[in-house]
Amino acid sequence: MSHVNKPAKRRRFSLAANIALLPMALTVLFAYLGTMLWTMRVSVSSSRTFPADDFVGAAQYVRLFNNERWLLSLHNLLVYGVLFIIACMVLGFLLAVFIDQKVAAEGVLRTVFLYPYAMSFVATGLVWQWMLNPELGIQEVLHKLGFEQARFDWIIDQDMVIYTVVIATVWQASGLVMALMLSGLRGIDEEIWKAARIDGIPRWRVYASIVLPMLGPSVSTAFVLLFVMVVKVYDAVVAMTQGGPGTASEVPAKFIMDYLFGRANIGLASAASVVLLTTVLAIVVPVYFVRNRAGKGKAAR
Amino acid sequence: MTAAVMNPARRRRSRWTPARLGVYAFLLCAALFFLLPLYVMLVTSVKPMAEIRLGTLFALPVQATLEPWSMAWQSACTGLECKGIRGGFWNSVWIVVPSTILSIAVGAVNGYALSFWRPRGASLLFAVLMMGAFIPVQVMVYPLVRLLAMAHLFSSLPGIILIHTIFGMPVMTLLFRNYYAALPQELFKAARIDGGGFWRIFLQLMLPMSTPVIVVAAIMQVTGIWNDFLLGIVFAGAEHLPMTVQLNNIINTSTGERLYNVNMAATILTSMVPLGLYFISGRWFVRGIASGAVKG
Repeated sequence: MSHVNKPAKRRRFSLAANIALLPMALTVLFAYLGTMLWTMRVSVSSSRTFPADDFVGAAQYVRLFNNERWLLSLHNLLVYGVLFIIACMVLGFLLAVFIDQKVAAEGVLRTVFLYPYAMSFVATGLVWQWMLNPELGIQEVLHKLGFEQARFDWIIDQDMVIYTVVIATVWQASGLVMALMLSGLRGIDEEIWKAARIDGIPRWRVYASIVLPMLGPSVSTAFVLLFVMVVKVYDAVVAMTQGGPGTASEVPAKFIMDYLFGRANIGLASAASVVLLTTVLAIVVPVYFVRNRAGKGKAAR
Repeated sequence: MTAAVMNPARRRRSRWTPARLGVYAFLLCAALFFLLPLYVMLVTSVKPMAEIRLGTLFALPVQATLEPWSMAWQSACTGLECKGIRGGFWNSVWIVVPSTILSIAVGAVNGYALSFWRPRGASLLFAVLMMGAFIPVQVMVYPLVRLLAMAHLFSSLPGIILIHTIFGMPVMTLLFRNYYAALPQELFKAARIDGGGFWRIFLQLMLPMSTPVIVVAAIMQVTGIWNDFLLGIVFAGAEHLPMTVQLNNIINTSTGERLYNVNMAATILTSMVPLGLYFISGRWFVRGIASGAVKG
């Protein structure tokens, strides 16, 4: 394969180089591939507290998709994921565009928008849990200000709680999108602005029709990073709501951890993690494929 | 005149058009939204409980006190023990320092070998490693527990360090591979002609040139590992629970009256290391984001 595309490069054989890559080989074999296969195997067994050697077909998957809590956690993940990604993208893009208008104190603003990203999801969840406290938090302040009917007790409201997780994590992560978009914007040729000005095109149109498509790589990078965060969402939920009230803010990552370590049902938990893995691959692989092809197209030109 | 026409409006700074006012209004509102939680944390952490019970979340303290801070540090209950969060702080230090050094060392060697030596099968290995970065932790966590238990490393400091090295490997390897791939190959060839071997070229030529990427890698790893919660709670064991886990225990599993001021002081204390690193490192932190964004 390789000699077709590239001028043949002579491989330099070195025992030391092979030994040096041993940790990586072991990690790939055992930590990544091995664990993945193991989990797939357990997901088709009747394992509960200990892994079993039998084969029960798709029984665990059938049980999984009859499990109310799992269905709820999938639903929450969908709602959370869509809102989180859209909100981060929109807010991050707007922040980047507005910062890019040659504003004063740009450095300070950038620092302010990005600092939450340095904080852990645990700390993020705990701060927002406190701010949204129905007795002493923002709701109480609104009441004191005279808005006695104001309701902002989402964190104890089964129908609204998932939105509080969205607010907290958007606060944490939208600075990341801003940073990525801003570096994309800074890479755009200034000539575009001159050309658009001569043609009398309004600035917002230039951003919507010319700049945004040019930011493709930044957008897809941001999307992949945010998507990985969505699938991983666990710490923030545990810290902020513990999945409650009841199971209203349950998410798949937490469901799996609870069934692995709390409820000792590793067969069901493994089936759930295989579903999660499939979801990730179904989204990430096409994004990568498209982007790699786009990158190769550019290189050929 | 022509120059003025050609010059885009954004070159001029001081014109106060409505659009310009709108830009600043938006940025100001956004800045308030982002700063509010930090402000609330700080204010709450220095108020006595009597003031907190008034329900004035945003008010400045009337009688500021540092007692919540000392309680958070040395006497808040993290479960059965009431020794504050300082134990968690030192646990985190003991986890973060070796994990960061080890994961950077492994990443640097990987990146170097992949960029210059390219042993047979290495690029396939690297591709699988990169895909590994997307595998949800939940898929790997239980079998890893069993593997570590077999090696008698489960619930131990070496165990959690090894785990952080494994989970940090994709990004660290990518970071160093990209950095070394941008160096001129001639440099390496010359060193080969001079008779340098694998380790000698790495230690005497490549490593001294790697300071910028090592700084970026260190910022990423210290922040990421310090902020980790899930791996710490599973793999570290009761003796070595990191600060984030103990913080969560203080706030979410404590019984009796909730001391919101102590909680917020503990939250700030836990966030101080990554925040301090962020404020000091500035642009380097952003560089880490850009390069850590697994780009392939």
